Amino acid sequence: MKRKVITLWRIIHTGIVNFIRNFSLSMAAMAVMVVTLTIVLFSVITNAAFGNTIAQVTNKIGISVYLNNSVSQSQTQTLLNELKTLPNVKSVKYQSQAQVLASYEAQNASNQNLITGAEEIQNPLPATILVQPNNLNYIRNIKAFLVRPNIATLQADPPSYSGSQEAAINKITRATNILREIGVATVVVFAVISALIIFNTIQMAIFNRRNEIQIMRLLGATTGYIRGPFIVESIVYGIISGVISVSIIYFLFVASSNALQASSLGILNITYANKYFDNNFLILLTMQLVLGIVLGATSATIATRRYLKFKTN
Amino acid sequence: MILLDRVTKKYTRSEGEALHRISLHVDPKEFVIVVGQSGAGKTTLLRLLTCEERPTSGKIIVGGIDYDKLKDKDIPQLRRKIGVVFQDFKLLPNKTVFENIAFALEIVGASNREIKSTVPKVLALVNLRGKENNMPRELSGGEQQRVAIARAVARQPRILVADEPTGNLDPKHAWDIIKILGKINRYGTTVLLTTHNQDIVNKLKRRVVTLQGGKVASDRARAGYKA
Repeated sequence: MKRKVITLWRIIHTGIVNFIRNFSLSMAAMAVMVVTLTIVLFSVITNAAFGNTIAQVTNKIGISVYLNNSVSQSQTQTLLNELKTLPNVKSVKYQSQAQVLASYEAQNASNQNLITGAEEIQNPLPATILVQPNNLNYIRNIKAFLVRPNIATLQADPPSYSGSQEAAINKITRATNILREIGVATVVVFAVISALIIFNTIQMAIFNRRNEIQIMRLLGATTGYIRGPFIVESIVYGIISGVISVSIIYFLFVASSNALQASSLGILNITYANKYFDNNFLILLTMQLVLGIVLGATSATIATRRYLKFKTN
Repeated sequence: MILLDRVTKKYTRSEGEALHRISLHVDPKEFVIVVGQSGAGKTTLLRLLTCEERPTSGKIIVGGIDYDKLKDKDIPQLRRKIGVVFQDFKLLPNKTVFENIAFALEIVGASNREIKSTVPKVLALVNLRGKENNMPRELSGGEQQRVAIARAVARQPRILVADEPTGNLDPKHAWDIIKILGKINRYGTTVLLTTHNQDIVNKLKRRVVTLQGGKVASDRARAGYKA
């Protein structure tokens, strides 16, 4: 037990000493890791910001159900309850005729003609139920319920999710789906590319020192004792690079958000990106550290393997 | 101590055999010089002893270990029992003199206290006290080779194998190295030395095994050698 602790300590100590003695090589490897890890973090945050923008668009989409004036209060209540029990319904909101008129007037406050017109013919607007779906992709389920004959008779007009509006909503849904997929794919692609680059960098660093590995082998060192310090060294790269990448993103998003907001043409919601970074700081930091450590350690393990092999021919 | 029985080594990519049915027996505490021209098979012989290569056929037993039964995972254990000195020194470039020797002790699980007491002793043996904190690149070739010898003997191996240790050194430093090897032999370590330096062979007057074309051409006690 005590011997294992001493061995572990020697491995860690050697790894850190090597890190310092090979400073120029360490710096080069870390620079590459910092760049790739920063790109991954950046893509994660921008993806979240885009996701938020998309959510803002899709949250505005719902189905309006226009009720007949003859529908009684109890019928309305039954319908509301039924709608609430449907799957994929996030919220159901009832607006009486007066409320609908009030919001119509508010929307058209600049056009007095429309308002007086609506009032003259004694509020032609029907009472309305606003149905918000959880997921736009399954909005048809709600529509299918609304067009059932017994439900359809309660309605003055077909629900808003019909005809040209239905087509428009479907297009938005498809577009937002594609955008979301592109976002996720971008993050995955960057993560894979960065893993490959980091692996190659560490492989080069170890290739430079393959003689050392072979000498240690000749002296009778075990695989673990040779490989250990290389893994420790790569883990140190990973930790430092992870911290630096988070700092870079911090300065990019938090410290210079005004400049960024101006130059991003409003495509990227910097305020949200800031908030996302702040709220998820610990998770993002952990993600970067884990990414750096795991990639570093795995790369070092794989890269040392070929120089540790015994000849058996 | 060292027993080779009809050992043949053929490299997969080359035509002929590097060693052909070599048989050799070395007693404990013996000092044996293996001579021969380049390509005679000296280095192959030593690489077989350190298990860097496996024989194509034949039997090798060193210090009671039968190489046929040696698995890859046991090779580190074997190498710890044999001290090896190379023509190109093979010091670890990123470690100081002290750390290079300490490393050999660390891998056999020596305690920090043992390391601290052993390293100065072996450095004194090779006349290198005071160079503990130098990096290998700061030393001359002769000094580097002496560090390598100190590293090889720090674990007190029963066998020391030296592959042309003087090959890269001038005559004065070469002779220093040979004297140190003689000293180590007097302390009871079996020494197997390869060289093609006839001066050294003729001065030493030890058992000389001559290899020629992968075969043992002669094996004589207290012999001389003419290249």
